[in-house]
Amino acid sequence: MSQKNTLSNKRFMNWFRLSSPMTFYPVAGKLIPFFWVLAFLFGVAGLWVSFFVAPIDAVQGQGYRIIFIHVPTSWMSMFIYLVMAGWAGLGLVFNTRLSSMMAQALAPIGAWMAFMSLWTGAFWGKPMWGAWWVWDARLTSELILLFLYLGFIALQASIDNPRRADKAGAVLVLVGVVNVPIIYFSVKWWNTLHQGASISMTKAPAMAQTMLWGMLLMALALWMYSIAVALMRVQAIILERESHADWVRQLGEVKS
Amino acid sequence: MWMSPDEFFAMGGYALYVWSSFGVCALILLIEPLAVRARCKSIVKRLKKEILADQLDKEGSK
Repeated sequence: MSQKNTLSNKRFMNWFRLSSPMTFYPVAGKLIPFFWVLAFLFGVAGLWVSFFVAPIDAVQGQGYRIIFIHVPTSWMSMFIYLVMAGWAGLGLVFNTRLSSMMAQALAPIGAWMAFMSLWTGAFWGKPMWGAWWVWDARLTSELILLFLYLGFIALQASIDNPRRADKAGAVLVLVGVVNVPIIYFSVKWWNTLHQGASISMTKAPAMAQTMLWGMLLMALALWMYSIAVALMRVQAIILERESHADWVRQLGEVKS
Repeated sequence: MWMSPDEFFAMGGYALYVWSSFGVCALILLIEPLAVRARCKSIVKRLKKEILADQLDKEGSK
């Protein structure tokens, strides 16, 4: 029995140790190449399906292929926001440094995803609706999401004390979470120009299976990409914030 | 499905819209990690200088 206890204690300890920047830094370094390889493989497969397997759309012709980048970036912009809010909340509640750093590392990626979603949406809206932009519920709420990301980045940058910046940023991010369900359900709640959800959990998919696969593969690629870039940026943030710690000065890449 | 490369690049008349969407996204996805890597490198460079300065400081005060 005592042996079992020490085993579980050990495992518990390991998880705690990972939450310290010092132990996480080398682990992140080992994981980054792995996620790059996955992102590349999923990306190649996704692009191949998007351009060479998925059939032409009956209504929108070849122009519909924008869906394969538009929908995954939109998903990621919302999903990254929720993950970021989760990390920021953890940092606020448990006062763990690494969680706040993770939230900070994710914000620019989420902002780019929201920007790409709006950009590709504009280039899809122009030929199909005849307008680059309309003040439609979904487009407007996605624009607000972009501003929430930018607001978080600006707020953190404007406060000198990093711990206080983390707290202020976390509050902003957590309040902004309301916006995510608004984006998601906007096409149901309001009468909008934007088409309904591409994928429904309850109904059979209305689109060709191959189109669905293309979107899923692209989403997976962006997911792996986001993890890789987030780990890279969290390493940079750790080096910046802990630059006076002894362990940073003992690191191989700094010492040599 | 595509009879020739020209047909592929023409995207059924939607070339401007399809390639602007994918092109700009590819550019963003490429620049972002490069910028992060440059940031990491500049931090490491600064840290190396600081360590060197500390060492020289110690040697000088001896």
